[in-house]
Amino acid sequence: MGRQWLVLFAVALLAVGSAHGQKLDDAGFLAAIGELREATYSDKASISQRLIQSGHPRVHDVLTALLEDRFAFRNDDNRVFILKSADGDPVVLIDPLSLKESGSAAADNVSKVGTNNTLRRTLRTELARFSLASPDAATRLQAVREISQSLDENTLALLRDRSAVEVDAAVRKEIATGLALGALDGGDTASRLRAVEVLKGSLSQDVRNRLARVIEEDQDPKLKAAAKAATASIDRWRILYSAIETLFFGLSLGSVLVLIAIGLAITFGVVGVINMAHGELMMIGAYTTYVVQTAMPNHIGISIVVAIPAAFVVSGLIGVLMERCIVRFLYGRPLETLLATFGVSLILQQAVRSIFSALNRSVVTPEWLSGSLRINDALAITNNRLYIVLFTLMVFFLVVLALKRTRIGLNIRAVSQNRAMAKAMGIRTEWVDAVTFGLGSGIAGVAGVALSQLTNVGPNLGQSYIIDSFVVVVFGGVGNLWGSLIGGLSMGIANKLLEPYVGAVLSKILLLVALIFFIQARPRGLFPQTGRAAEDK
Amino acid sequence: MKRKGMIAFLTGVASVVSSTAVFSTVALGQDTIKVGILHSLSGTMAISETTLKDTILMMIDAQNKKGGLLGKRLEPVVVDPASNWPLFAEKAAQLLEKDKVAVVFGCWTSVSRKSVLPVFEKDNGLLFYPVQYEGEESSKNVIYTGAAPNQQAIPAVDYLMKEVGVKRWVLEGTDYVYPRTTNKILEAYLRSKDVKPEDISINYTPFGYSDWQTRVAAIRKFGTAGKKTAVVSTINGDANVPFYKELGNQKISAEQIPVVAFSVGEEELSGVDTKPLVGHLAAWNYFESVNTPVNKAFIQQWHTFIKNPKRTTNDPMEAHYIGFNLWVKAVEKAKTTDVNKVIAALPGLETPNLTGGTAKVLPNHHITKPVLIGEVKADGQFNVVWKSSGLVPGDAWSDYLPGSKDIEADWVSLNCGNYNKVTKKCSGQNYK
Repeated sequence: MGRQWLVLFAVALLAVGSAHGQKLDDAGFLAAIGELREATYSDKASISQRLIQSGHPRVHDVLTALLEDRFAFRNDDNRVFILKSADGDPVVLIDPLSLKESGSAAADNVSKVGTNNTLRRTLRTELARFSLASPDAATRLQAVREISQSLDENTLALLRDRSAVEVDAAVRKEIATGLALGALDGGDTASRLRAVEVLKGSLSQDVRNRLARVIEEDQDPKLKAAAKAATASIDRWRILYSAIETLFFGLSLGSVLVLIAIGLAITFGVVGVINMAHGELMMIGAYTTYVVQTAMPNHIGISIVVAIPAAFVVSGLIGVLMERCIVRFLYGRPLETLLATFGVSLILQQAVRSIFSALNRSVVTPEWLSGSLRINDALAITNNRLYIVLFTLMVFFLVVLALKRTRIGLNIRAVSQNRAMAKAMGIRTEWVDAVTFGLGSGIAGVAGVALSQLTNVGPNLGQSYIIDSFVVVVFGGVGNLWGSLIGGLSMGIANKLLEPYVGAVLSKILLLVALIFFIQARPRGLFPQTGRAAEDK
Repeated sequence: MKRKGMIAFLTGVASVVSSTAVFSTVALGQDTIKVGILHSLSGTMAISETTLKDTILMMIDAQNKKGGLLGKRLEPVVVDPASNWPLFAEKAAQLLEKDKVAVVFGCWTSVSRKSVLPVFEKDNGLLFYPVQYEGEESSKNVIYTGAAPNQQAIPAVDYLMKEVGVKRWVLEGTDYVYPRTTNKILEAYLRSKDVKPEDISINYTPFGYSDWQTRVAAIRKFGTAGKKTAVVSTINGDANVPFYKELGNQKISAEQIPVVAFSVGEEELSGVDTKPLVGHLAAWNYFESVNTPVNKAFIQQWHTFIKNPKRTTNDPMEAHYIGFNLWVKAVEKAKTTDVNKVIAALPGLETPNLTGGTAKVLPNHHITKPVLIGEVKADGQFNVVWKSSGLVPGDAWSDYLPGSKDIEADWVSLNCGNYNKVTKKCSGQNYK
């Protein structure tokens, strides 16, 4: 229904707008789209333009199919078809004139008409005209943005017509910006000044570039002054938003650091073991995500949510196993535990290599985690990072809550403060040790799920993060969760503030050097443990 | 499967315990020609290099089925340099001095090649090097079957400049020798084409970098200044995946700011969610999607040999295919495997490549190659959007760098790898 209406609209539109276009009947249309097969990419672009001007009712369908890699020839008889979907074997063929399904063909038996970036860009802009009348406001907004990229008399007329009937505020604003951009190109000074006034409220980089061109090229001093004022105002806002963006980048890097350090802070703080296999437990968590995704290929969206408890359990069990089989025999011998857990880390890496191969595994990012949250023209926050910041805070407060409010948490705190006294009070410290180790490992697994969305899932995943997590724990103060939170976030922000000026390599070096000096001054980190518990360690 | 896993496990343990772990095939018969394979089978480079080891094993197997070479069977000698650069030199010495191999196929990274170079020159060995590299080298003992910068980087930049209309450039690379040298050449080339310094942005990140937010935001800012912008990426290996992911998340499409990569091929894409990459470009001399009968046969042969119809083929594999065939032809021509005679026989030899052209060994020990530019498709294959009109001869010394402009490599008439045309001197094989 919607499409029919759209096609009718398009036909009406094109009948008006194509004074110089040549009308095509069905045979001519088929011949024209037939030329697409052998044409070069630039010829394909001009054929598409010719098709649009022809006003044939099927232009929109054919060009959309071309854009989406669904336009193909059958090898047997060279007939053109629209494919129902871009992949699959056999493919379902759709007749380009009747738009009815007409059989299927083996994927080998059809050759798709290829596109390149330039052609796709042209097609997208051309097709945007059709989307102007879409019932979906987001589609219209996108269409206006596309059209504003290539303004001419025809497109300006389209925008003007649309602005008369548009109801959505955001789309209206975008159309106003587009029309103002168009108005800058000609007309009297008064209307151009008005256009500058409209553009002043925009934050878009394109608008800013256009105004900069006015300042450079225009002769009228009044217009120049207005444009200068407008760019200055745009720049002020953009600088502010870019500062917010940097801050967010820092927060997101910091929250990753916090997430990988929480587990370590618990094991390090309570059991006093430097767990060199911590990184590998994160890797196991990431691989768990992969396994969960492979097990439910049709529900990628919720697979990540399912993977969180799964990774917690898998990594946690491995942690408990490690503690029971190896670490408990080595308490009080830090060097030996260090070596033993390092050995475990190598075993885990090789085990993963043997099971999953040395190649990285592909973990799909679900739809709701990709893309970005667009706040305005100058600021967009990527979804995956946003969710990870929120996730880290959630994990952090859950852990704090578990330690402060539950029976197990009470035991853990008691053991960490005074092991001998806790034992005397009847707490089974061995059992608490195992649970703590399991908890720390489980959180490492959960961190692995988050990392699988940010980096490559491969056997070496853990190694690249283990150093960072140690640094955060040492900086924040051994065994102090709040220290890890503040330490991780401030390191993330400091890193991202430095990076634009000195580059990624140097910013990390500078940070580590600063940390060395900091540890010299405060050997116990930001939030050192106090009281008698600290003396023992 | 279990057995294979166990072997892999033991190999890993062995290579950790002592990094000199070797497994070489025991000599089979009397009348054999030994072929050395020097590719990492463990460590970070194993992902890429294991495939090349298998390619040579496949070629040897096929040659033996045809009756061997000079009436003798070919016998592979496989060593594992474990992605450890100094170990490459040790293993090379072992192949040349102890196993006395006739030829070696091996190395991937430039640093591993630089590490084995003195060994090959001292022991007078013969190395076929199959990977695109930064140039600025020509050794008597090495045949470079991968692309020199003028067979990959320069044509890719030309394509973007002429066909896409790019005016502003981001040169983004991993911090090591290949990206740094390539970017130096590209910067000099762009400057020679009147690109202003403020329209070129060069940046390096460490190996395995994954937090691309700031860099991608910077690229977006640089790319929206009103001129068409492209990214020339010499980002290596793993770091590519989060890079493209971040581009996708920040809504930078290939249509706005295309990224052309020199180290992303079919093999790298096979373990990756390719959605965010669609439309981005790669420049190579071979793509699996090239539709020629000889390529189809090669893919068929590979799938049969590796017993997995899903394994991809890639550019360095084609380079090894060419290299192996060239070596076989040279040995047949010289009627001996003697290194000096084979090296003398190599220049001028021709063999068909997999894209329908001919690879010819040049006096500078590089070969002729077509240049192809492809766009990534959703299935991880490439759609070829541009092809050089003919074959491009590999140039060892870049014409765009002030230091190497006057230097020429010619092992036929000059018998020199770096002959200075101005001072008329050959500075020997010490390159620096």
